[in-house]
Amino acid sequence: MTSTKKDPVLVVLQLAGGNDALNTVVPYGNPKYFDHRNNVVVSEDQVLPINDQIGFNPNMEPMKKLYDEGHMAIVQGVGYPTGSRSHFRSMDIWHTCEPTKIGEEGWLGRVVRDLDPKSENVLTAVNFGRGLPRALVAPGVPAASVGDLETYGVLTGIDDADQRLKALDVFSKVYTPMIGQGAVNDYLAHTGLDALKGADILSSAPGMYSSTVEYGSDTVSQYMRNIVQTHLAGFGTRVLYTTAPFNSFDTHAGQLAAHTRLWSETSRAVGDFYDDLQEHNAGQDVLLLVFTEFGRRVKDNGSGTDHGAGGHCFIIGEQVKGGLYGEYPSLDADKLDDGDLQFNTDFRSVYSTILDKWMGLDAKPIVGGEFEQLSFV
Amino acid sequence: MSEQDISSIAHLMRRAGFGAPLEELEARAAKGYDATVDELLDPESQPPMERDIMMRYKTDWLSQAGLEGQQEEWTFRMINSKRPLQEKIALFWHCVLVTGHAKCEYPKQQSMELDMFRTTGMNSFHDLLKGLAKDPAMVFYLDNCMSHAGAINENWGRELLELFSLGVGMDGEFNYSEDDVKAAARAFTGWTVTNSIPRYPYGKYDAKFMYDPRDHDNDEKTFLGETGNFNGEDIVDIIVRQPATARFVARHLYNFFVADDVQVPAWKDTPPQDIEAIKQLEEEYFRSNYNITAMLRVLFKSDWFKNATFSKVKSPAETVIGTLKLVGDYKFPRPGLDMMTMNIRFMGQDLLNPPTVEGWHTGREWIDSGTLVERINFTADQVGNTNHTGVKDIINRLSKVGPLLTAEQLVDGCLENLGAYRLADETRNQLVALANDEGELRSDGDDFPTRVATMLQSIVATTEYLFA
Repeated sequence: MTSTKKDPVLVVLQLAGGNDALNTVVPYGNPKYFDHRNNVVVSEDQVLPINDQIGFNPNMEPMKKLYDEGHMAIVQGVGYPTGSRSHFRSMDIWHTCEPTKIGEEGWLGRVVRDLDPKSENVLTAVNFGRGLPRALVAPGVPAASVGDLETYGVLTGIDDADQRLKALDVFSKVYTPMIGQGAVNDYLAHTGLDALKGADILSSAPGMYSSTVEYGSDTVSQYMRNIVQTHLAGFGTRVLYTTAPFNSFDTHAGQLAAHTRLWSETSRAVGDFYDDLQEHNAGQDVLLLVFTEFGRRVKDNGSGTDHGAGGHCFIIGEQVKGGLYGEYPSLDADKLDDGDLQFNTDFRSVYSTILDKWMGLDAKPIVGGEFEQLSFV
Repeated sequence: MSEQDISSIAHLMRRAGFGAPLEELEARAAKGYDATVDELLDPESQPPMERDIMMRYKTDWLSQAGLEGQQEEWTFRMINSKRPLQEKIALFWHCVLVTGHAKCEYPKQQSMELDMFRTTGMNSFHDLLKGLAKDPAMVFYLDNCMSHAGAINENWGRELLELFSLGVGMDGEFNYSEDDVKAAARAFTGWTVTNSIPRYPYGKYDAKFMYDPRDHDNDEKTFLGETGNFNGEDIVDIIVRQPATARFVARHLYNFFVADDVQVPAWKDTPPQDIEAIKQLEEEYFRSNYNITAMLRVLFKSDWFKNATFSKVKSPAETVIGTLKLVGDYKFPRPGLDMMTMNIRFMGQDLLNPPTVEGWHTGREWIDSGTLVERINFTADQVGNTNHTGVKDIINRLSKVGPLLTAEQLVDGCLENLGAYRLADETRNQLVALANDEGELRSDGDDFPTRVATMLQSIVATTEYLFA
């Protein structure tokens, strides 16, 4: 078994905007839930029960299936001290592991540096979406960011294929490092060749892929498919990242309809992702972390919910020990933190567990301290 | 008008603004280099942005309630302002005197801060620092509203010294001690902001600076060797007199406008690359009573500036704005500018939301394999679009060179139109070979526009074009 074991791979799906914890894993057994939620509420008969206290949002059938099969851990009540209710600040904190000051490096940037200290593989980390999330940013650490895998490349704006090939040939010559051109130009030349190489390699992924799984047409589904394609292509990519479209989970108004669509799409994307890996017998080495920057207010605002604290994380994979971790935060008035759920598990515990037990890295310098290890891996 | 004149003006406009199409460069060169410098340094001599037009088409710009809208509005200003240096100096100070959206109670406060940089950013550094210390966005960003007599929060006091004025050190020596940080923080106790009360769903009321004498530490303080019952203004008064502050301002101006320097944290131990230039700027700082316009006049008219062509890696903002100006797009606020603006973020510079209080690392650190692909593809897509008026102009100009263009004429003509760019001989030879490979180039040929556009695309993909 050990001889065929491949390097562990981490996939991260970020639910940008602050997913409503209460209507995702619904505490339907607690009457206080119905007291707080007059309008933005999931009724008891709709819930997909986990036990007699909590259950999934009715639109999460595919994820419920993964949970029932024991491949999904739910970490309840995740957060950090002195929670920030700003999207940017809170996302920053999750990305840099620095709750009290403005952080400099992303935690996954540090992971990539540990995995590939000499930057030998330009594709150790790949983000799907435009622009790098701060989690992947660290000085000197390359990470590819792919808007559209099918068309990814350098100088894609030259329409004529033959012209483009010639221009790329010139590009590779122009970016060839020359002796005596100075450190900056040397760096730029290497980076140019890296970019070209990375794009060449990545764009070959869809061509090598075939699958019977049919993904949805939403962005998360497409990127989850791209992640599988990239993983299956065997480029040595260890960290893959994608984000639900800009702040889509920020459901201040019209939440019930929006949340229904979001979770139908996202849950299906996660289920398809899992099935696709299974179909290719490639799920053994992959762990998926699903997180959001904060939960939402316990009390609804009539049609939606405002920014809150304490949320849930999901960890999904063949090797994951499924089940419930942490405690469901109390809904008692005296246990609320200024109208929000109190967190009981620090998000850095989740990271530490993944880093230590899954990636085989020393978590302490990456998350900035010692945190309790959970047992989902 | 000589080739040299165009090249000097192109260089000046890239640094003191965001570049310009050849037609504008020629007009400015006709007026002369020094006259252009003087005009740039006197923004009030040019008309302001037509705010009513902007707001009529983009009502969301009025509320300034979200990061993307703010970025879009600023992008529009940078493309279209008749006062390019005013927008450039706002960008400069935003990169030095940093606040960030990630820690901003109400986004509009950052737009108000930018306005302060526009209106006072070329005046006295002394006044600018005093304004900054009372700027609600800054007071909140660096927690001075959380600093109280008897319970100081050092955040503002520290960054004021380390990142906004003295710098950690110079010539190998430290510029201040931990005790100075504490004294500065104590002097600024009581400098706070009023609550920015929500008026949901229409954003918030503006927070205002407020001095609360009851929360001010009235005891004696010793700061940089001087002792007294200092308040915040006294600290700024002492700061601006320091040689270290002259060095700090000079070196930042040099790094932003002249040539890439090492990153700021290395300034204590790494001397400036051109100490003579820095000394001239330092002298002008004191001579002019800390006046930024006076320092910039010395800078732009110096030989060391004029000789420093293509010695800075363009920032993402410079890349995107420069390209859009060149191709002549978004002269009017039409839909799509929001997505266009996002390219600045994709290239690694999320305006108004810098990664840390240090701002962005500059120079070659703008470039990694991800941001390079974004940069090249964005620029190549724009200059390759033959529907853009600016690209049509270039094609039209080149068609007048003659009925038949040699490969050299095509390459050099494109370079001139991109702003008198220069390529290494090796690179130029490659591009000439590429042009030759396509055969005879007739200016009345059907393929002429495409061939020009493809050459422009190949040029903007070179390492040389990463520089300004």
